[in-house]
Amino acid sequence: MIKMEGAIEFTEEQGMISDSAVSFFREQYPMATVRQLLDDERGYTTDGWRSIGELGWLGMMIPEEFGGAGLSAKELVSVVEPMGRHLVGTPFIATTLAGQLLLKAGSEAQKSHLLPKLASGAAIGSVALFEPHGAWEPDQLRATAQRSGNGFVLSGSKAFVLDAAVADLVIVACQLDGAPALFCLSGPQLQGRLRRETVIDETRRSHRLQLDGLEVGSDAQLTGGDALAALKWCHALGALLHTAESAGGANSALLLTVDYLKTRKQFGQLIGSYQALKHPTVDAMIAVEHSRSHLYYAASLFNGYDGGESEVAVRMAKVHSNESFYFASDRAIQFHGGMGFTHECNAGLHFRRAQWNKFSFGDTLHHRRHLRRLLMP
Amino acid sequence: MTTPEPKAHQEFRREVAGWLERNRPAKPDFILPQSFMEVDTQQQFDYLRDWQRKVYEAGYLGMAWPKEYGGGGQPQILQDIATQEMTRANVPFMVNAIGLSWAGPTILHLGSEAHKKQFIKNILNAEEIWCQGFSEPDHGSDLGNAQCRAERDGDHFVVNGAKIWTSLGVYARHMILLARSIPNTSSKYAGLSFFLCPMQTPGIEVIPIKKITGEYGFNQTVFTNARIHESTLVGEEGKGWLVAMAVLAFERGAAGGQAGGNMSTVFSTQDVIEMSRLIERDGRPALEDPLVQDKLLNFLIDQRSIALTSQRARIEKLLTPERPAATMMMGKLFGSEFMRRLAYFAVELQGGRANLYMGDPEAVQGGEWQRAAMNAYSATIGGGTSEVQHNILGERVLDLPK
Repeated sequence: MIKMEGAIEFTEEQGMISDSAVSFFREQYPMATVRQLLDDERGYTTDGWRSIGELGWLGMMIPEEFGGAGLSAKELVSVVEPMGRHLVGTPFIATTLAGQLLLKAGSEAQKSHLLPKLASGAAIGSVALFEPHGAWEPDQLRATAQRSGNGFVLSGSKAFVLDAAVADLVIVACQLDGAPALFCLSGPQLQGRLRRETVIDETRRSHRLQLDGLEVGSDAQLTGGDALAALKWCHALGALLHTAESAGGANSALLLTVDYLKTRKQFGQLIGSYQALKHPTVDAMIAVEHSRSHLYYAASLFNGYDGGESEVAVRMAKVHSNESFYFASDRAIQFHGGMGFTHECNAGLHFRRAQWNKFSFGDTLHHRRHLRRLLMP
Repeated sequence: MTTPEPKAHQEFRREVAGWLERNRPAKPDFILPQSFMEVDTQQQFDYLRDWQRKVYEAGYLGMAWPKEYGGGGQPQILQDIATQEMTRANVPFMVNAIGLSWAGPTILHLGSEAHKKQFIKNILNAEEIWCQGFSEPDHGSDLGNAQCRAERDGDHFVVNGAKIWTSLGVYARHMILLARSIPNTSSKYAGLSFFLCPMQTPGIEVIPIKKITGEYGFNQTVFTNARIHESTLVGEEGKGWLVAMAVLAFERGAAGGQAGGNMSTVFSTQDVIEMSRLIERDGRPALEDPLVQDKLLNFLIDQRSIALTSQRARIEKLLTPERPAATMMMGKLFGSEFMRRLAYFAVELQGGRANLYMGDPEAVQGGEWQRAAMNAYSATIGGGTSEVQHNILGERVLDLPK
């Protein structure tokens, strides 16, 4: 596995999807819009969400029989990278991940009932994977489900549940009889149990979910597949999608810096002519280019955390983008000088996004530890 | 769309791999240089020249060069496959590197018919070794500022001045030479001419330079009233800069058209991992130390960054739209710095034995890593220092002000 076994693949279809995503997000999400949405309760507009649904991007990895496009991670990251470029905050990732959990673990009835709604954007979905203790392992769950009568009683709490306040369904991971299990909660069941978290990335809407005493019917459990395997798949895809966002975001942070270096004068010269600024900006460029290479490789052979090449590729890509987005946005702030210190400067928005992504679905140390396990005999 | 390799290519790949396996020369009882820049002794030179000739005679070198001049007249892809297999098998490198990679392609593209007939075959069979006279003692990275003079005298040019870093200068029969034939032009680039200079010309002296590694291989070449015939000119008199730019494009590997063949002994993170199995640190194999593992991991990630980016460079739609040239142009900077860091880490791993060097019977792996760590600077300095590379990338790729 130390030697690379796969190759970057690119399809014509991917090219077309990428072209339309690049221009859609460029046109729909100028920075003025992004900034307006920072203060919006939901963080997105109904029209914007409807358009994304109509373009078919929410069903990309959902099979055609359930109303999706039946495509792969390659095509999906081609949409998410441009989303990241423009700091788009919608329930896109949350809904995509909910769809994948349902697909991997739902019964036929659950899938045919719910997947078409998620694929079209008619329903918003989310996943409750993480908990206040902060671990990123799919099986480190302290929230529990107890059998009770015809159903279950849940307890514990979940953290970083994206877009839960607007979600029509949230898939929750709990321990049941000593093993992970998945339950599908509906929007009304979450009433009074959500607290919006104050998070570093103001484009995100993230929530704490208090489960204690929540009673669900037996039909809430996803019974069509192995819950742990589904969770691992979902965690891997979550890492990949955040990597895609970060690759796009890092590029935007770099462009912001380059633009400033070409227009700002100090001591009678454009500051980009100073090597103290020019050289680290080139280093950021190289890091961004490398991140994009890791991203499209990991997406090309995506097969979840399979203990093999896909897992190595996803974790490496995540590690790389964690650091390159941080570096590009960190230099963006520094090289904007006093301006960079203000909230008005977009460098800060990228820095906050970089931090959010870095500590979502596994930080650098977490993935490096796994890579050691995978690559060092 | 990526497609699997056609059957014919797969078969050819197997054929080359098989030939290399059967014909790989026996490991000599002396240490081989790492690249053509370090050829130090006649013994090393003879060994490497014999090997290149053997590869050429087997038909795996210059495969895509025109048949009439000694090439194979075959598609480039076959040469690419043969070169990949040589690199993979890590057989000794092609010693006539400057001829194969720079002088040869330049002659084929821009030289006269007489040049092609005279030089190409002898480049391929290593009969005539080539060296390069671009850099000067006072003008390292600033090539356009070359001051070596070539003054016209009838149908000859009289060369005076000095060139430096002439690898293989001791063994070379010819030099690709950039010299100033018209002084005091308005632009420093005008007035340069490009020659295929015979090294046996009276008035040319090659002075070996001892390097930080303790080896020779580089030289300074001094010209004192050396008379070379005008038939050695490539392109027009005074337009040598255009020819030099073409050579540099070949040097960066962007232009294609090179004869092929592996150009240096490659080492990778895998080699360092192998070494760290054998090296003991604090009473156990270095590879078992989590701190060592973590550092090795960094190198594996960077190594993949390089390999994956060269894959992506071939997929036009995956180039970053704001700077499609970036993936091609940044390889030299990152790659050379990566090798420098990796080789030095291999030395660091040796801990208490790190100070034993080539020549000591107890040196770890013959002291090769110590040599590699020092030799690594040839790539971070040669062909434009890393600092100049940063400027080039900043100005040409990111369009930052000079």
